[in-house]
Amino acid sequence: MTQATGAPGTIEAAFSGRIGAFALDAAFSVPARGVTALFGPSGCGKTTVLRCMAGLTRLDGRCLVDGDVWQDARQFRPAHRRPVGYVFQEASLFPHLSVRRNLLYGAPLVPPPRSIAFDEVVRLLGLAHLLDRGPHHLSGGERQRVAVGRALLSQPRLLLMDEPLSALDRATKDEILPFLERLHGALDLPVLYVSHDMAEVERLADRLVLLERGRVLACGPLAALQSNPDLPLATTRDAAVSLDGIVESYDGADGLIALAVRGARFLVPAPPGEIGARRRLSIAAGDVSLALEMPRASTILNVVDARILSVTALRSHEMTLVLGLGADGAGDRLLARVTRRSFVQLDLRVGLAVHAQVKGVALAAAGSPPAGVSGA
Amino acid sequence: MDPLFDAMWPSVRLTLELAALTTLLLLIVGTPLAWWLVRARVWWKEPVAAIVSLPLVLPPTVLGFYLLIALGPDALGGLIGPAFGLRTLAFTFEGLVIGSVIYSLPFVVQPLRNAFAAVGDRPLEVAATLRASPWRAFWSVAVPLARPGFLSACVLGFAHTVGEFGVVLMIGGNIPGETKVLSIALYDFVETAQWREAHILAAGLVVFAFCVILAMALIEKRTLKAGA
Repeated sequence: MTQATGAPGTIEAAFSGRIGAFALDAAFSVPARGVTALFGPSGCGKTTVLRCMAGLTRLDGRCLVDGDVWQDARQFRPAHRRPVGYVFQEASLFPHLSVRRNLLYGAPLVPPPRSIAFDEVVRLLGLAHLLDRGPHHLSGGERQRVAVGRALLSQPRLLLMDEPLSALDRATKDEILPFLERLHGALDLPVLYVSHDMAEVERLADRLVLLERGRVLACGPLAALQSNPDLPLATTRDAAVSLDGIVESYDGADGLIALAVRGARFLVPAPPGEIGARRRLSIAAGDVSLALEMPRASTILNVVDARILSVTALRSHEMTLVLGLGADGAGDRLLARVTRRSFVQLDLRVGLAVHAQVKGVALAAAGSPPAGVSGA
Repeated sequence: MDPLFDAMWPSVRLTLELAALTTLLLLIVGTPLAWWLVRARVWWKEPVAAIVSLPLVLPPTVLGFYLLIALGPDALGGLIGPAFGLRTLAFTFEGLVIGSVIYSLPFVVQPLRNAFAAVGDRPLEVAATLRASPWRAFWSVAVPLARPGFLSACVLGFAHTVGEFGVVLMIGGNIPGETKVLSIALYDFVETAQWREAHILAAGLVVFAFCVILAMALIEKRTLKAGA
C-alpha cells in the first residue's frame, strides 16, 4: 500500500506552476463520489488541472485520491501507474485497432472484483453493433462513446473527462448526454468533468469547482455556487439555479409532474416518472418575478412562497435577489432578477416574505443523478 | 553454367546479402535513435541529428577515407576484428556492413523520425491513461502507427546500400565474393570493356531504382489515404 496521508473518500488536488505565459495556482478538495464539474471560461486552466491529476503534465503540487498519494513533494506517480480513466476532447481512438480492441486496450487481464464488465459498458453506451468496425467508420458521437467505454474498462478509480462533448455538434451532444447520465446513475465512480457549458454542467454535475485565470474561485455543491451572489455565475445574463427534487405525483392528462424540493413544490412539464424518483430542475433568474400578494388569476403555474435573503445590484437598472424557498425562507435557494424600479416601487428588502412567480421551469436532467447528491 | 551468369551472380548475391543485413542492422540501430530524436527534450538532440545526417552531404570518399582508418588494424578494426578472426575490418565483408550501416543511417532514421513525429503525443498519452507502460505503448501504439515510416525506411535503406559505390571502393576494394558488390562489378566490366555485362547490370539497376521509387510513391499515397 502507498502510504496514505490523504483522507479516504476525498479527492485533494493542489497544483501551481507556469506553462508558458499561463500561471496556474489551483487547489481544491471534493468528495470522491458523484460528478464534480471543473467549470470556467476557456483558458482558465481546467484542462491543465485535469492533466496534472492524470500525471500527463507535471507541475509542483499534490494530488491525493481516496487515501492514495499520486503526487506530493517527494513522489510523482507516472501517468500509467494512476488508476484513472481519461476521456479527451477528441475521442483519440487508436486508428489501427477495431472498436473491440480499443475498448479492451486498457482492460486488465485479470479483472479486479467488483469491476466494470465489458457487456455492461457495451450495453450502457450502445456499442454492440460497432464492436468489429474500425474507428474510421464511426460518427463523432459513436467515437466519443467508445472513448468513454475504453476509459471505463481500464477499471479506473477516478474518471477524468476533458470537455468530452465540446468537439461535437448540438445534435450529437444530445445523443450522448443521456448515455453519460445513465453512466453516472449506474456506476459508483467519482468523475471530474471539465466544461465551459453550463447546460452540460446542470445536467451532469453535483458539485462545482469554479476556475478563473488559473485560480479556484469557489468549490461546493452546484446550487450553492449558482445562487451565491458574490460569484460570477449568479450575475451572468443566463444565471439559473438547479434544484434537485423528488417526484410526488404525475398528472397524465396535463403531462405535468409535481416535484418537491426543499421549501416548495413545482409543477413541471415532463414525461411520466416514477413516484419517488429524483429529478433536477433548472430555473433561470430571468424567469422569476416577485409579487407581494398572492396573484389570484394568472397563467403562471408555479407561484411559491419565499423570503428575500440578499440583494445585489447587477447593472444600473437591474438587481439580483437570492430567495429562500418556503414561508420561512429556509428551503432551497432561487435567484430572481428584477428591475431597480420594481424593486423600489415594491419596497423590497432583505427578510421580506414574497410570492415568487416562476414562468419557466424545465428539467435539467432526464436521468436521475446519483444518490447522496442534493444540497445536504 | 552460363558464363554470363557466373560473371555476375557472385556480385548480385553479395550485394543482396549486404543490403539485407545492413537494413536489418539499420532498423535495430535506427528505431531507438529515431524515437529518441523525437521524444528527447535535450539541447544536444539536433547536433546528434546533424551527425546522423552527415552522409547525405559528405562525398562518399571522405566517409570512406575515415572508415578505412577506423576499420584498420591500428584502430577499431584491430579491436573488433579479432572477434571475427580477422586482423583488420578493412577490405572485409564485415567492414562493408559497418560502413554501409553508417552510410545509409540517415535514409532509415529520417523516415522513422518523421513517422514517429506524425504519431504525436496524444496516442501515447491515451495509452498511458490506459495503464500502458512506455514500453508497451511504444510497441502497441507507436510502432503500428508508424508502419508506413518503417516501410519507407526499409526500402530506402536497402536501395541506398545497393547503390553505394564510393564508400565500398575506399574500404572494401574489389575482392570477388567478399567485397565486390554490383556497382564495383559494373565499374570493373567497363574498365575491362565487357560491354555486354555492363549493359545488363546497368539496365538491371535502372529497373531496380525505378521499382524503389515507384514503391515509395505508392507507400506515401497509401499513408495519405489512411490519414484522411
